[in-house]
Amino acid sequence: MSVTALPETSVPGSMVDNRSWYQRNRLRVAPWLFLAPAIIFFTIYVIAPIFQSIWTSFFEWNGLNNADGTSSAKWIGLGNYVELLDDEDFYTSLYNNVLWLVLYLLAVPAGLFIALFLNQTVTGMRIYKSLFFFPFVISQVVVGLIFSWFYNPNFGIVGEVWRFFGAAPPSILGDEDLVTYGIIFAGLWPQIAYCMILYLTGLNNVSPDQVEAGRLDHAKGWKMLWYVILPQLKPATFIAVVVTVIGALRSFDMIAIMTQGGPYGSSNVLSYYMFEQALSEFGFRMGYGSAIATVLFFIMLFFISYFLWSMYQDEKR
Amino acid sequence: MYKSLIRATATFGAAALLATTAFAGDLIINFDDPNPKPKAGFEAAVEKFKAANPDINVTVNINDREAHKTAIRNFLSADAPDITSWYPGNRMAPFVNAGQFEDISDLWASDPNLSTSFEAIKPTMTIDGKQWGVPYSYYQWGIYYRKDIFDKMGIAEPKTWDELLAASKKLKEGGVTPITIGTKFLWTAAGVFDYLNLRTNGYEVHNDLTAGKIKYTDPRIKEVFVKWKELMDAGGFVENHATMSWQDALAPFVKGEAAMYVMGNFAVASMKDAGLTEDQIDFFQFPEITPGLPRAEEAPADALFIPAKAKNKEDARKFLAFMAQPEIQSEWNKTIGQLPPNSKAAVGDDKFIQEGFATVSTASGLAQFYDRDAPAEMAKAGMEGFQEFMIKPDRLDKILERLDKVQAKVYK
Amino acid sequence: MFPTPIEKSSPGIQTTYKVFLPIALFIWLLPLLAIFMTSVRSAGDINAGNVFGWPTSFQMLQNYVAVFTESEATTYFLNSLKITIPTVILSVAMACLAGYALAIYRFKAALPLFFIFVAGNFVPFQILMVPVRQLSVETGLYNTVTGLVLFHAAFQTGFCTLFMRNFIKALPFELIESARIEGVGEFRIFWHLVLPLVRPAIAALAVLIFTFIWNDYFWATVLTNGEASKPITAAMKALNGQFVSRWHLVSAASLLAAVPPVVMFFLMQKHFIAGLTLGATKG
Repeated sequence: MSVTALPETSVPGSMVDNRSWYQRNRLRVAPWLFLAPAIIFFTIYVIAPIFQSIWTSFFEWNGLNNADGTSSAKWIGLGNYVELLDDEDFYTSLYNNVLWLVLYLLAVPAGLFIALFLNQTVTGMRIYKSLFFFPFVISQVVVGLIFSWFYNPNFGIVGEVWRFFGAAPPSILGDEDLVTYGIIFAGLWPQIAYCMILYLTGLNNVSPDQVEAGRLDHAKGWKMLWYVILPQLKPATFIAVVVTVIGALRSFDMIAIMTQGGPYGSSNVLSYYMFEQALSEFGFRMGYGSAIATVLFFIMLFFISYFLWSMYQDEKR
Repeated sequence: MYKSLIRATATFGAAALLATTAFAGDLIINFDDPNPKPKAGFEAAVEKFKAANPDINVTVNINDREAHKTAIRNFLSADAPDITSWYPGNRMAPFVNAGQFEDISDLWASDPNLSTSFEAIKPTMTIDGKQWGVPYSYYQWGIYYRKDIFDKMGIAEPKTWDELLAASKKLKEGGVTPITIGTKFLWTAAGVFDYLNLRTNGYEVHNDLTAGKIKYTDPRIKEVFVKWKELMDAGGFVENHATMSWQDALAPFVKGEAAMYVMGNFAVASMKDAGLTEDQIDFFQFPEITPGLPRAEEAPADALFIPAKAKNKEDARKFLAFMAQPEIQSEWNKTIGQLPPNSKAAVGDDKFIQEGFATVSTASGLAQFYDRDAPAEMAKAGMEGFQEFMIKPDRLDKILERLDKVQAKVYK
Repeated sequence: MFPTPIEKSSPGIQTTYKVFLPIALFIWLLPLLAIFMTSVRSAGDINAGNVFGWPTSFQMLQNYVAVFTESEATTYFLNSLKITIPTVILSVAMACLAGYALAIYRFKAALPLFFIFVAGNFVPFQILMVPVRQLSVETGLYNTVTGLVLFHAAFQTGFCTLFMRNFIKALPFELIESARIEGVGEFRIFWHLVLPLVRPAIAALAVLIFTFIWNDYFWATVLTNGEASKPITAAMKALNGQFVSRWHLVSAASLLAAVPPVVMFFLMQKHFIAGLTLGATKG
C-alpha cells in the first residue's frame, strides 16, 4: 500500500521492502500452500468427476475403447434422460428411495427414545451404552449378511418364530411387497444406534438450570421433553437428520448383499440401479448409469444445499 | 520352414529396433476360474505347453469368475494379456465389434486339427464369417434327479412332457417338491425357460428370439409359459427360490425335500461334495414336449481369445493351436468333468460325462444359453421377467409386453 | 438431568428398570448373538436344521480357523490393513493442513472452499463412480491397493477438513497472533503450536476414518477385482459364495471381519464418540 502511494519522483530504493516476496505476502500465500494437497486431491477425485459424470450422461457408451485407444462413446444428447422417463425400473427405484428416506428417518425418534431410556447413572451404564452403540461399528455388509440369515424362512429366526405360532413363514427377501421394508428394517438397526449416541451426547449437555426452571413451572414428562429438552437438543437433531437423510440416499451395501435389487428389481434404489446399469455383469451402460447418478446427485444436492444453508446461518452468528 | 522364417524376421526386426522382450517370448494369460479342479486342469495344460515350448516364458493370472467378467473390459484396452478366457456367442460380440479381439480365422484355416475337428462348435465361435477364439470345454444341461427317491416312489425317467407332469404330481403327493431352483442370481430360471422353449418350439425359435427377430408376445413364446405354468401346477418348484443361489437350492435336493434340478453338469461336483453318492443321483434329458421336434440342447462353451492389443500374438496363436489338440482337450476336460469340444478327443468315463456326451453329440443344435445368446441388457430384463413369472404367474401379459419394449430398445 | 434420575423413583421402579435393562440389550443385540451362536456350531447342526436351539457341540476355534485355512481370508485382512492405515494417515494429514488454513487465515475464498469440502463429503458415490474408475484404469491404479488409498484419502479429506477446521477454530486465536508478532514462521506455528493442540481431534478422526474405510464396500467393489487387492469387507461376498450353505463359516467370517473396528471402538471409545458427535452440542 504505502509503496504504491509514493509519488513517482521519490528516490527509488529508499523505501524498498527488502524482505523476500514470500515474506511480504506470506499471510496471503501460506493458506494456499496449506490447502494445496487437499485441494488437488479433492479436485481430481471428487470435484472433477462430478462434472465428468454429468458429461458422460449425454453419451451412449459401453465402457470399451476402440482398438486404437479412442473412446467408443457416442453423443446422444438427452437420450438417456428421455429413456429414464419411460423406464419402470427407474420409477421403482425412485419410489423405494422415497420409502427409504421416510422410514429411515424413524431412526431419529427411535434413537432419542433409547437415549432417554439409557440416560441414567446406574452401575455399568457405560458398558450398556457402548453395547447399544455396537451395531453402528459393524460394516453394513455384515449387518446385511446377519439379517439375510435372520430372515431366511427355512432356517432363520423369523422362520422359527412363525412356525412357533403355527404359521407359514413369509419369504421377506423374496416378496416384492416386503423386501424393501425388510432391508430398511435391517438398515435402521445401526442407524438408530448412531442417532442414539448423538442424543446421549446432547442430553449430557442439557443445562440443568433450565430443567430445574421447567420443574418449577410444573412441566413434567412429555411437556418437559417437548418444551424444554428438545429445543436444547436441536443441534443433535439437526445432525441426526443430516446423517440419516444422507445414509438413506446412499443405501447401497445392504441391497447389494441382501437382494441385488431383486426379486426382479423390486428392492432397487437409485444408487444400486446405477451400479447395476453401469458395472454389473449385464450392465456396462456407462452413459445411462451416469444419467441415473446425475438424477441422484441433484436429489442429494437439494438436501446438501439446505444443510449448507443451515451451516451458513450458524457461521454468520 | 515358413513359420520359422517369419519368426526369425520378427525377432531380427524387433532386436534391430530395441532389445525388447520379443526375444524372450513372454506369454501372459488371464484365466477366470480359481476353483480347485478348473485351476488344476488349466495349469496342467499350461505345463504341457511349457514343456513343448521351453523358449516361451508363460505367466498365468487367475481371477475370480465374476471379477473377470468386469475386469476384461479394462485389461483389454489398458493392459492386454496375450490370451484371455471368455465366452463365445453373443457374449463375445461387444469385444469383437469394438475390435478388441484378434481375428484368428487364419489359424482356423491353416491348423489341420482346428479346421477338421471343431465343425459342430465352429458356428458359435464365428461372427461376420470370421473365427475369434478357440473353445476348450463345454458341458451339458438337463435334469439331474434323486434316483433313490424316484426308485422308492416307483417313478421312471420321464421321456415325455406328460410323464414329467405325472412324475411331478406323484412326487408332490409323496411330500417331495418336484424341482429345486434358486433364482436369486436369475440365470437358473433362464435354463428352465430355454429348455421349455427348445422343446416346445425348437432351436430356430430360440435363436430368433435371442436375435430379436421374434417378439416375446408371440403366440409361440406364450405357449412356452403355458407349459411352464403346467409344470408349476403339477407341484412345481421349491418355495422361496428368489432368495436362494443355485448352491443354496442344492440343500432341499440333498435333504430329499426336492427330487429334480434343471442344471448344468458342473452341479454334480457340488452334489457329491454335499454328501450325495453316485448311486443317489442320475441324469435324464429334458423330456420331449412337441412330438417329433428335433432335439436341441443347451451346451455352453468356454473359450480362449487373443486380445487385439496382445504383444506376443505369434506365440499366442501357438498356444491356442496347442490347447485345441485332442490329447490336451481330453486330459483337461477329464480333470474338470466336462466335455472336450474337439470331436477327436476322448471323453471321460464318468457316467455323467458319458451321458452328457451322448446327449449333446446327438443333438440337432446346441444353444449357448439364454444369457449368452441374447445381448446382456435383454438377457437381464428377460431373466427378471422369468423370475417374476415364477412368483406371479398371472402377470404374464404385463411381463411379456415389458420385454417387448426392452427388445425394441436393445435391437434397434 | 433429563429424564429424572432413576434413583429418585420408588424402589419398585428402580428394580424394574434394572431388570429391564439387560432384557432390552438382549433383544437389541439378538441378531448378533444369533450369528455368534451359529458361528460356533458344527456343520452337522446346520445340516440337521438345529440353528436355533443349543449347539450340540462348540466348535468355535475349529470354525474360526477354518475361515483362514479354507479361503484367502488372510490376504483379504492384510489388504484391508494396507488400505486402511495409509488412508488414515494421508487424509488426516491433508485435513490438518487444510483445516488450519481455513480456520486461521482470513481470506475471501475460505468460506466457499470450506463449503465445497463439506458438500463434497455428502455427494452420492455413484456420481463419482464412472470417472474415478476410468481414471484408475488409465493410470494403472485399477485393482491396486494404492488406487484405493488415493481415492479414499481424497474423499475423506472432505469430512476430515470439516472436522479439523471447526476444531482449530475453537482454539484461542490469540496464541497464534502472539506467535506471529514474535516472528515465528507460518509452518512453524502450525507444527509446534497448533498440531500438539489438535491431538485429540487427530485421534478422533483416525478411529473414525479407520472404521469408515475398513467397512467400505462400494469402492472396493468398483476399484478392485481378484484377490490381490480386495479388502475383507468386499471379499465377504466372495466368501459367502465360497462357503455356500455352510452358515457356520459364513457367520464366523462375518464376525471376524467386524473385529478390528469393534476393537478400535472399545479402545478409543471416547475419541470415537467425540468424533461422531461433533456439532451435536454446538449452538
